[in-house]
Amino acid sequence: MRRILRQREWILDPWRYAGEPASETDGLIVPLAGLHAPPEHGLRRSGALGVRLAPADDPEQLRADLPRLSLVALEFPNFSDGRGFTQATIVRRLGFAGEVRAVGAGVKRDLLFLMARCGCDAFELAEGEDPQSALQALGRYSVAYQKAAPLPAVERVRFGA
Amino acid sequence: MYRYDALDQAFVEQRVAEFRDQTHRFLAGSLSEDEFKALRLRNGLYIQRHAPMLRIAIPYGLLGSRQLRALASITRRYDRGIGHVTTRQNLQLNWPKLPDVPDILAELAQVQMHAIQTSGNCVRNVTTDHLAGVAPDEIEDPRPYCELIRQWATLNPEFTYLPRKFKIAVSGSSEDRALIQAHDIGLRIRRDAGEPLGFEVWVGGGLGRQPILAQRVREFLPAEELFAYLEAVLRVYNRLGRRDNIHKARIKILVKTLGVERIREMIEQEWRSGRERSPRLTPEQLARMHAHFEPPPYETRSDMDPTCGREAPFLAWYRYNTRAHRVSGYRAVFLSLKAHGRNPGDMTAGQMEAVADLADELSFGEVRTTHDQNLVLADVPQTELYRLWTRLRELELATANIGTLTDMIACPGLDFCALANAGTLSVARAIQARFDDLDYLYDLGPIELKMSGCMNACGHHHIGHIGILGVDKHGEEWYQITLGGAGSGRAGLGEVIGPSVPQAQVAATLERIVEVYRDERADGEYFIDTVRRIGIEPFKERVYATDLAAA
Repeated sequence: MRRILRQREWILDPWRYAGEPASETDGLIVPLAGLHAPPEHGLRRSGALGVRLAPADDPEQLRADLPRLSLVALEFPNFSDGRGFTQATIVRRLGFAGEVRAVGAGVKRDLLFLMARCGCDAFELAEGEDPQSALQALGRYSVAYQKAAPLPAVERVRFGA
Repeated sequence: MYRYDALDQAFVEQRVAEFRDQTHRFLAGSLSEDEFKALRLRNGLYIQRHAPMLRIAIPYGLLGSRQLRALASITRRYDRGIGHVTTRQNLQLNWPKLPDVPDILAELAQVQMHAIQTSGNCVRNVTTDHLAGVAPDEIEDPRPYCELIRQWATLNPEFTYLPRKFKIAVSGSSEDRALIQAHDIGLRIRRDAGEPLGFEVWVGGGLGRQPILAQRVREFLPAEELFAYLEAVLRVYNRLGRRDNIHKARIKILVKTLGVERIREMIEQEWRSGRERSPRLTPEQLARMHAHFEPPPYETRSDMDPTCGREAPFLAWYRYNTRAHRVSGYRAVFLSLKAHGRNPGDMTAGQMEAVADLADELSFGEVRTTHDQNLVLADVPQTELYRLWTRLRELELATANIGTLTDMIACPGLDFCALANAGTLSVARAIQARFDDLDYLYDLGPIELKMSGCMNACGHHHIGHIGILGVDKHGEEWYQITLGGAGSGRAGLGEVIGPSVPQAQVAATLERIVEVYRDERADGEYFIDTVRRIGIEPFKERVYATDLAAA
C-alpha cells in the first residue's frame, strides 16, 4: 500500500490513480485529459475526484473544474524541472482549498520546503525517501523572505502581501 | 550599506546548516551526484577543471571593509591567496576543497555574506552601477531596490528551479552603467517631473551563444508594483521557458520566439491576475531600506585641483582612474585590477587587506567591485588623492588604464574553467605587453576590450567595442574577433570581422585594428564611433591583407 506525507502525517494513501484497482467510493485521480472524458459504460462513481497535471499543463485550464475537484497532483520529476512550483502557486491562487499533492522522483526532503511554501500540502515521497527526515526538512527554516503557504512553520517573514 | 537584522542572520545560518547536511550526505554517498549538483550550484559551488570553484556573492558589488578582510582571510586559509572579481561583481575562489565549503560559508555568514544563488538556474546576484549613490548624473540611488530584489529573490519558493539562470540589473542614472539590455530583466529608474518614482522594464537580454539585447516591455511601472511585476515575468518564464535544450532555455529565446508584443501581453495579463497576492512595496518598507543607504557623513569641502604641481604619472592616473562625485571636494577612485602581468580581475589577499585599510582611512569603510572587474573607492576627499595614489602604486593597484584597451574584461578561460575552449589569461598578458606604452594607449582613447574563453560569453565579448572569443580548432586555441559592440550608451552587438586567428597573433591583430582607427578617425572621435561610422570593412581589409608574423 502506498503511503504519503499529508500535512504532517505519514498515512495510507486513500486515493487511487486511474488504472489502479479502485472501489466505487474510492477517490480517483485522473489525468487532465480524463477530466472531461465520458464515464465508462454508465459506471457511476460516488468517490471524490482528483486530477494529475503534467509539468507542461496549464493550471488555468482547471478554473471551471476546481469546484468539483478534491485533489490536484503536480509532478516534480527531478531536481531541475520547477514548473510544479508555479502550477501549485496558480492552483492556490484560483482558490482551490483541497489537497495539492507533489508527485515524482524529485519529491525529496531538499525540495519539500519550497513545494510546501508554494501550496503543496501532501507529498508522495520518492522511492527510498525517509518520511521522518522529510518531515524534519519541512522545519529547516524558521524565517523566510516571502510570504507563502503556511504548512512549514516559518515564524517570521519579511514581505507580507 | 545594508546591515542584516535578526531575520537575515537567522536565514543565512539556517542556509549554511542545510548545505552542511547536504554536503555530508553527498560525501557519504546518500545524495546522488545530479541532485547534489542542483543544490551546490545554488550555493555558489561549481566543480571546475582543477578543483571546486566557489563564487561568493557581493550583492550589487558593495562591500564593507570588515567583509573584505574576512574575504582576505578566507582566501588565504582555504584557497591560494587570490580571489577573482567577476562580471557580476562577485568574487570567485578557484581552489577551495569541497569538505571545507560549509565552513567557508559559515565564516561568510558571520560577516553578513553568503554564496546563495550565484550559480544554478535561479535568480542571480542583482547588479548595478558601480558609481551608485555618488554619480553626478544619478536620478535615484538604485541600491535600495537592488537589496529589496535580492531579498525577494532569495530562496523564493516559486522561482528557484527555473529553466535557466536569470539575471537582473538596475540602473538609476541617465547613463546606463549597469548594462540593462544585456540582462534577463533590466530596470531603469524613472522619475518624471511631478510623478512618483517607477521603472522602465526591459526583458529578454542575454549574451551567451546567442546574444540578444533586451526589449522594452513597459515604459513605466510604479515602484510599489516592483515585486508583482517581477513575479509576473518570472511566472510566464517558469511555465513556458524551454527545458528541452539548455542553449534555448533563457528568457531571451522565449521573447524572440513569441515576439515582444505577445510576451508583453502575457506578462501584463499575469500581472493583473497575480498582483493582489504579490507583496506590495510599501512606502514604509522603502523608507526603511533607504535608511540603510544614507549618504556617509561627508565633510564640507570645496573642489580643488589635486593635479596642481604634480608629476605626469599622477596626472594620468587622476584623469583615467578617478571620476567626478556629486559632493564637492570628493572623487570616486578606480583601483585597477588590470596591472600588466596580472590576470584581469585577480587580487591577492594582501591587496584585499590593504584596500580594506585604505577604505577605512579614506572612503568611509566601503569598497565596490565593478562589472569591469576593478574596484572602486567611491568617496575619497580630493585632498587625499595624491597620498592614495602613492599607496596604490606600492600595491600595484594604480595602473592608469581604466577605460583603455588594457582595462580588458576576461573570464578565467581554459586555465581554470571546465567549459572553456581556449585560454584567455595568456592572451591578456600578450595584449598587456604589446600595449604597455601608456601614451599610445591614451592616444587610442576609450576602448572596451572584452574576452571570453568560450561561447558562454562570461567575458561579455559580444558587447565589447572589440570582442575576442576563444574557439577550439582541431585541438588548438584560436580567437574570433568582433568589432562595434557596446553594453552602455547605444547598446549593440559586435560583428565578426573574419576568420579566427591563432593565439600568437591576437595582440598583433589588435594592433592592426587600432591602427586603422588612428588613420581613419575624425578629430576627437572615439574608437567605437569610428567603427560605427566606417563599418568593419576597412578593419577587415587591413587585418587580413597580409599574413601576420607570430607576435
